[in-house]
Amino acid sequence: MKLGRVIGRVVCERKMDCFEGLKLLLVQPLDEKRKEAGAALVAFDTVRAGEGDLVFFEAGKEAAQANPNGWFNPGDAAIIGIVDSINGALSS
Amino acid sequence: MTLARVVANVVSTEKHPHYHGYKILVVQPVDPQGKPKGRSLLALDGVQAGIGDLVLVVDEGGSARSVIGEESAMTVRTAICGIVDRVDFEA
Repeated sequence: MKLGRVIGRVVCERKMDCFEGLKLLLVQPLDEKRKEAGAALVAFDTVRAGEGDLVFFEAGKEAAQANPNGWFNPGDAAIIGIVDSINGALSS
Repeated sequence: MTLARVVANVVSTEKHPHYHGYKILVVQPVDPQGKPKGRSLLALDGVQAGIGDLVLVVDEGGSARSVIGEESAMTVRTAICGIVDRVDFEA
């Protein structure tokens, strides 16, 4: 899992059936101090996240499993939680 | 498994059902001397770890699911499976 910020929404009229009904969001990965960490990516949403939300997402083959339309799909990033707070970020 | 330091605790109410009931910690991978290496990531806690602990982290689905003992939690990928007391190592 990684932290990220939802920075936009991706709209695709034509897409695979397995993404039907799912929101595709643009996510900027962050570190624990909320500094940008890497390039933005597109993830499908499972928790009704919206633009500006601090979220955590799963990447890789496990992400596809979060798709409510079935596990056999090409999703490689899924937003799986909305962050309320991050406590005690040590200087690392 | 990799060595990492627990640096923060993440609080989340709205999350995927597979993650309900688990502590989510931010871990910073470190080298054997304890120096930070690479980007931090989030892991489910399987061993009651806390902030500041040096821990063992698995970042692979099957391993992580066995740590939390939930074979059906198919979206879970990263988990903490040990708290490190000591690393004996010659540079």
